[in-house]
Amino acid sequence: MTAVAAPPPALPAVPIGAAPTTAAGISVDLGGRRVVDAVDLSVPSGQWLGVIGPNGAGKSTLLKALAGVVAHLGTVTIAGATEPRGRARARLVAMVAQDPVIPPGITVADYVQLGRTPHLGRLQRAGAGDRQRVAAALHDLDADQFADRPLDTLSGGERQRVFIARALVQDTPVLLLDEPTSALDIGHQLEVMELVDRLRRERGLTVISTLHDLTLASRYPDRLIMLVEGRVVAEGTAVDVLTDDHLARFYRAEVTVLCTADGLAIVPRRPARGAQP
Amino acid sequence: MTTRLSSGVTRGAGAPRPGPIDRRERWRRAAPIVVGLVLAASIVAGLMVGPVRLSPWSVIKELIDALPGLSLDSGLSERQHDILWSLRAPRVAVGVLVGAMLAVSGAAYQGAFRNPLADPYLLGVAAGAGLGATLAIVARASLDRGVLSPVPLAAFAGALGAVALTYLAGGAGRGGSTTSLVLAGVAISSFLTAVQTYIQQQNSEVLREVYTWILGRLTTARWSDAALLSPYIVVSAGTIFALRRSLDVLAVGDEEAASLGIDVARTRLVIIAAASLGTAAAVAVSGLIAFVGIIVPHGIRLFVGGSYQRIVPLSMALGGAFLVATDLAARTIDAPAELPIGVITAFVGAPVFVVLLRHRRTWA
Repeated sequence: MTAVAAPPPALPAVPIGAAPTTAAGISVDLGGRRVVDAVDLSVPSGQWLGVIGPNGAGKSTLLKALAGVVAHLGTVTIAGATEPRGRARARLVAMVAQDPVIPPGITVADYVQLGRTPHLGRLQRAGAGDRQRVAAALHDLDADQFADRPLDTLSGGERQRVFIARALVQDTPVLLLDEPTSALDIGHQLEVMELVDRLRRERGLTVISTLHDLTLASRYPDRLIMLVEGRVVAEGTAVDVLTDDHLARFYRAEVTVLCTADGLAIVPRRPARGAQP
Repeated sequence: MTTRLSSGVTRGAGAPRPGPIDRRERWRRAAPIVVGLVLAASIVAGLMVGPVRLSPWSVIKELIDALPGLSLDSGLSERQHDILWSLRAPRVAVGVLVGAMLAVSGAAYQGAFRNPLADPYLLGVAAGAGLGATLAIVARASLDRGVLSPVPLAAFAGALGAVALTYLAGGAGRGGSTTSLVLAGVAISSFLTAVQTYIQQQNSEVLREVYTWILGRLTTARWSDAALLSPYIVVSAGTIFALRRSLDVLAVGDEEAASLGIDVARTRLVIIAAASLGTAAAVAVSGLIAFVGIIVPHGIRLFVGGSYQRIVPLSMALGGAFLVATDLAARTIDAPAELPIGVITAFVGAPVFVVLLRHRRTWA
């Protein structure tokens, strides 16, 4: 891949319809178990929905159903299109998996170029326009300095930016992120979250992300849904969803939710010392 | 993005990049030229070396002369001309075709199964072809009528039959995983090999002939073999070549490939079918030449990285070169006797491959 000599032209904004992304009665069975159970959701165009819930609640599976990569009941509407299939769906919704597969030896530029797949005919090769798209996305994510490096030599934070770049060059109005900050330190967590928020604002992307870290979840998404055993048990703003009571009931976590000037803070409550036998 | 620069700032794009990256990029650019030269050199060597030695220049002149619209006097006698075109050229042509097919099939299987150990014989092609050939050798002798010798035909049918059995057993029709398909291939291979071994033991008079076939050879290659082989190779290798970008997409796993809009099951089926068909045709003519499908694509990977857009065409060219070169070794090392080419591919290929692997592991 060629080095980027001058900053490439900024990406044109993705044309966004005002149509929301919705899911109605989404259920997914895996291995005979109902992992996602009749989930309804609606995300207005350009908004960020956070999906939280304890381990095994079906958060990732719900995201995969929205992406159309697992069989599901119910109806998904992506930016106004009802259950698009194959390439049509991949032009509307891009997914960054929780732990994306890194093909051995692939360079960053080659990896990001995979995101152009839904825009190419089956036998068509990537052209100059596609390569320019890749260069622009890498530049936008401040990742162009490692375009020619093998992806598996990058650090966790750098990789996450590359994964997001692949999703960006898919040029979709909707972006699904599965635990985008897992395995990152707090500095890189904030970097990735700020990046997603910037891209969302600049391009009017609709973002749906699962999040493990409740403090981050309280800070970035516009709205949250809490998923427990495949069902939505709470939804609304962070203040509505992240309550002491919900966290005690659904996470079995004894915590105090503090309201600070910068948002919510979730603090563990521990038994006082000496109370133990 | 704390380190983000404003878009007006030019970053040091012209600054020298770290050494290893430079080197890797240089290899990647040079690889098509190097592999092309290796292929050309092995073809010329394959044509000039033998009991009657021809000079490289006369061989090159003959090749140019053979091009439509060009005429050049090579200075070869009529007998030399016949040796070149009737004995050596078909052998080299079949070597290029078989080597290219085995190597590209190996690359295709490795991509379709996302398994670096996958080789063209993974789904039972070798065992099926071996059984078919053994049955034909046991049954025949009198039937050999020129072009359509029953052995290649039986080997071809056996190979395709085995892959079909593997598909049925592996439950591919029910959306079975690639793992179950690979395991079914192992089971079907063992079963067919058992049957083949039994038949071979019961007919010990053909043991040597069967064994020779299994180890592979290009000794008897004629123009008719090349003609028989070409359509299969063109269709199979052409399909894999056309779908090489899809192989790159499959490399990110089924779910992510699906999220990129690929019909994973159908793409994989087409690629496997093409690779199996081409491999069946290749082994029908040449016997079971081992190892080409593993070492050639991996050798290419070590130099140009993991993209099938480069691996597929380069594997074809290097596979052809590799088989012509090993055939040359097979017929010269112990001349006038010939060694089985399958022995040479493994005996020469394995150590070379290990050296490459150790040498380049750091940035492969």
